[in-house]
Amino acid sequence: MAHARALLKALPALAVIAALIAVWWMAAAQSPIFPTPLQVFTGARELIEDGTLWEHIGASLFRVGTGFLIAVAFAVPLGLWMGWVKGAYLMLNPIFQMLRPISPIAWIPLAILWFGVGDLSPIFLIFLSSVFPMIVQTVSGVHTIERRYLRAAANFGVSRRTLFQRVVIPAALPQVIVGMRIGLGVAWLVVVAAEMIALRSGLGYLIMDSRNAGNRYDLVIAGMIIIGLIGLMLDGAMRLLEGLKSVRWRYLR
Amino acid sequence: MTPKIVVDQVSKSFPTDKGTLRVIDEVSFSVADGEFVAMVGPSGCGKSTLMNIIAGFERPDAGSARVDGAALGGPSPKGIVISQHGSVFPWLTVRQNLMFGLDDSHGEGGKETLADHYAAMVGLKGFEKSYPHELSGGMLKRVELARALVVKPEILYMDEPFSALDALMNLRMRNELLRILAEERHTVLLITHDVEEAVHMADRIVVLAPRPTTIQATFDVPFPHPRKLSSPDLQALRAAILRELGVEA
Repeated sequence: MAHARALLKALPALAVIAALIAVWWMAAAQSPIFPTPLQVFTGARELIEDGTLWEHIGASLFRVGTGFLIAVAFAVPLGLWMGWVKGAYLMLNPIFQMLRPISPIAWIPLAILWFGVGDLSPIFLIFLSSVFPMIVQTVSGVHTIERRYLRAAANFGVSRRTLFQRVVIPAALPQVIVGMRIGLGVAWLVVVAAEMIALRSGLGYLIMDSRNAGNRYDLVIAGMIIIGLIGLMLDGAMRLLEGLKSVRWRYLR
Repeated sequence: MTPKIVVDQVSKSFPTDKGTLRVIDEVSFSVADGEFVAMVGPSGCGKSTLMNIIAGFERPDAGSARVDGAALGGPSPKGIVISQHGSVFPWLTVRQNLMFGLDDSHGEGGKETLADHYAAMVGLKGFEKSYPHELSGGMLKRVELARALVVKPEILYMDEPFSALDALMNLRMRNELLRILAEERHTVLLITHDVEEAVHMADRIVVLAPRPTTIQATFDVPFPHPRKLSSPDLQALRAAILRELGVEA
């Protein structure tokens, strides 16, 4: 019964996707170069069978994972500090607000200059793309802690350490997780762009290489769809964190 | 015997756009050890500010508030505040909330035992591992009360503690509180706008005049517990206090 209802809820979305594929198919049938859905599917199967798809996915995920985790390790402590200590906020917030709107793509020339065309460049770009939203969310997480909780902690006379560990961090955690979701989303967006320019692996490389090496538009579109699906799964994984019982209070209502 | 709480000529003003607003004007009173004093007054009359000063969260502009003869340096576990909106930590379970204020001298196991004892005392047995968002408003109040009691405070500061509850739950919580106070003697300072609540629980009722707050009248409530709200004596006292507040009942 529950399955049936879930299916019913997903029906409109599935219908839109089916309609899109139908339109695509009809349009592609007229074009000598644009691939049909079937051709894309066959192309993707080809990549799966010779194993290159897994290599590309692995390479992209590795870069995103590394850059993102470094960004988390950097942004969360920094954001907590900036949120809690006013002087730190006044000192660092302006520079971060200025760096934040610069697209990571604009950093590509500098990244290549500093880190060459290995894995380090995209990792650096991913770090840059995800670190600022996470700092901003963490700071706002600390700034929006309700006064009544801080007062209660003060009333019980707990040490600063306990206050930080048991009140400030858990109170800010839901916002930190929101920041991580945004950060990972942007990181995935950026890895593909970064891989289009240099390197010899990754989903971004797959797309550019497929076009350059013989106009394989079926593989271009297969790559795009796979990027979309993996992005969806990464977001789903981050959403699981929001289901933790100790943070759910913030997302209710 | 020296009183537990002494409020001595306390005054407080706040700056506003239209100049300073005098909220409390030279209020003096004292509370004996183990006494239950209720302060009633109209909304926005500075009751909460007065309690914040006595609990150590704010400093008076003039005068002083002393507990056990010592001036306050800030809030302390000696007197725990229970307020209308509550401050149960939503990221901790009931048990973790109760253990929050306990110092490490109890040991982890000792803390847990104490927490569970007090959870049971307020009727939360079986909910130790629940998170606050899984509980009803009345149960949250019980958590708040138990979290205050578990650190064995000498004073409970209650700022409209039950006013967010429905009438039935309000009455139930009052009875619960009275039962606990009969077991563990605390000094209680209660702020309320509910005269019936004050008459039901307090030993003495201080009627506050609106802004700036001054003490308008004091009533003793010489009736033993358990009190019957419908008794003529209590009703007469309630009417007298309401009259003092400018309401004919």
